[in-house]
Amino acid sequence: MKPVFMTYTKKDLINLAVCMVLSVLIIPTFIKTEYWYTSILIPWLCLALATIGQQIVMGYTGQLALGAAGFMAAGAFAMFNLILRVPELGFIGSLAVSGLIAAAFGILFGLPSLKVRGIYLMVATLASQFFIIWMIDKFGWFKNYDSSGIITAQDIVILGKPFTTPLAMYFVCLAVTAVLTLLAMNMARGSTGRNWMAVRDMDIAAESMGVSLLKTKVQAFAISAFYCGVAGALFAFCYLKSLEPVAFDIKLSFKILFMCILGGLGTINGAFIGAAFILLFPVLLNSVGNNVFHGAIDATIISSIEQVIFGLLMIIFMIYEPLGMAKLWENLKQKFGSKLTSSNIKNLKSSLSKKF
Amino acid sequence: MVDELLFFMEVLVGGLLAGTMYSLVALGFVLIFKASATFNFSQGAMVFFSVLAFCGFMQDFNIPFVLAFILAALLMVVVGLCTERLVLRPLMNASEDTVLMATIGLGYVLEGLAQAAWGVEVRRLDLGIGDFPVPWIADNLKLFISALDITAGLVAAIMIIGLFLLFKYTKIGLGLRAVADDAGAASSIGIPLKHIMLLVWSAAGVVALVAGMMWGARAGVQFALVDLALKALPVLIIGGFSSIPGAIVGGLIIGATEKILEVYIGPFFGGAIEGWAPYVLAIFFLLYRPEGLFGEKIIRRV
Repeated sequence: MKPVFMTYTKKDLINLAVCMVLSVLIIPTFIKTEYWYTSILIPWLCLALATIGQQIVMGYTGQLALGAAGFMAAGAFAMFNLILRVPELGFIGSLAVSGLIAAAFGILFGLPSLKVRGIYLMVATLASQFFIIWMIDKFGWFKNYDSSGIITAQDIVILGKPFTTPLAMYFVCLAVTAVLTLLAMNMARGSTGRNWMAVRDMDIAAESMGVSLLKTKVQAFAISAFYCGVAGALFAFCYLKSLEPVAFDIKLSFKILFMCILGGLGTINGAFIGAAFILLFPVLLNSVGNNVFHGAIDATIISSIEQVIFGLLMIIFMIYEPLGMAKLWENLKQKFGSKLTSSNIKNLKSSLSKKF
Repeated sequence: MVDELLFFMEVLVGGLLAGTMYSLVALGFVLIFKASATFNFSQGAMVFFSVLAFCGFMQDFNIPFVLAFILAALLMVVVGLCTERLVLRPLMNASEDTVLMATIGLGYVLEGLAQAAWGVEVRRLDLGIGDFPVPWIADNLKLFISALDITAGLVAAIMIIGLFLLFKYTKIGLGLRAVADDAGAASSIGIPLKHIMLLVWSAAGVVALVAGMMWGARAGVQFALVDLALKALPVLIIGGFSSIPGAIVGGLIIGATEKILEVYIGPFFGGAIEGWAPYVLAIFFLLYRPEGLFGEKIIRRV
């Protein structure tokens, strides 16, 4: 595996700089309300990270998996136990190790992918979802024998400094997500990602080209579960601030699947777009319900409508744009980008001057 | 010893009969898969939608049982019609994974619509069949078997026989099999593809309604039905996606294993292993016989 840091183009670096300035400087200076951090930005970053995990296994490697929330739960509870029992590791160390523990589960439940694909694999990965949640629920050790069912997450302490304000937690999530996103982009562009995509596009051809299916698929599942595990730990420690297995049920897995597909399969920025959409749309719908109809519509009706719209969007995207919102964005950029390039403007000017 | 054996028999029979409930849900999947090689992930949502509609008609509008059943069945025909027209036809040439995603979306739509129309609270459904042991069997065979389980078993048997006859001996059945084999070839010799699809989706809708009524009578008509229906997936893997007898045998295997494991092994692990045991069982089947017990062998052409 060769490192591919060198292959960044000027455009990539500009994008990176814009994202960094936006997230590190502009957002913290202009957004002061806690609500934005605690209810939108932090869960957005965590879920986007989990969606990147789902992207790796589904968008890049083409394996239909439906168990992201199970791996998130594994990561979250591993984190809780590591901080509780091995405090020497520190926050970042624990985060990495809990990602690795989730990756171990990923390898275990990814093994059926060597034999089966499509819907068959989906059922096999459902086993991981139900098994991990059950295991955490039934063995008291994982929850430190807490009988209430909901455990409060420990405070985040990095190098002796507490990170407890919403803004500080936002920065923790941002740092972790940024590093892992860059890594994911590197992997996707390097030989690793090319192997994944080769397996996705045609596994038999890939195998005859010398790509090891065993290695590639297991690697994809392991890395995917690692991302989900880290995302789950952040989700529990920065967003929920509590740990309960119910928070990681099959509904969350479906949500991440939707983020992945609506965002755009096989793209990293699609993970962020999809997560933002699935997260923000209910907020928007609720505020429309409250402000336009002044609460005349029942909250349960609003959440039902939200479900119908997500389902409809899924169908519509599958029919008209299976590559999701990231592709829509790409199309938009192309449409306006080609009109505004300097040569075009020059041509336009010259043709105009000829006419008049 | 005799008592232990009797207890085991009771667990086994209870499990087998409960398994037929899974079979009923799995049957709907098989119908659609057989006719269109489409995996309909929204079958669980269809179960929920249809039975909630049935309950809504019966309880909110005081429509008598039979009429409510007919109305709910008609509603499922309309759902089938819309699905064929708006979802399946535009996706005619899409890959199977894309269609699968679209049916997940369809499931969301149906769940949302059902809850928007008939509310989210748990409804009781009384079919007039109690979920308690039949006294006659309890007295004579000393087995405690629920009347509802027996009814579900009977209903499942009738539906299987009916569908089997339909597929095997009628012209429609022949058309169905032809479409399943090669939709393009079938339509080129004049089999009306859209009628066949409509028929299959309507039949799957009615099967979903019956399955939902059985489940609803046991567990209440509620959103959890969708999750229960997920258990039809391991049933299908064990039985094979394209086999009606497979759905039944798979259901029986899942039902029996799940109950036996729960009763004999569950206590060592704190119980509730029936939540994941069927899926793990399905994984083992996948490793040794990916096409299921009765399924056609999966051949991938390069």
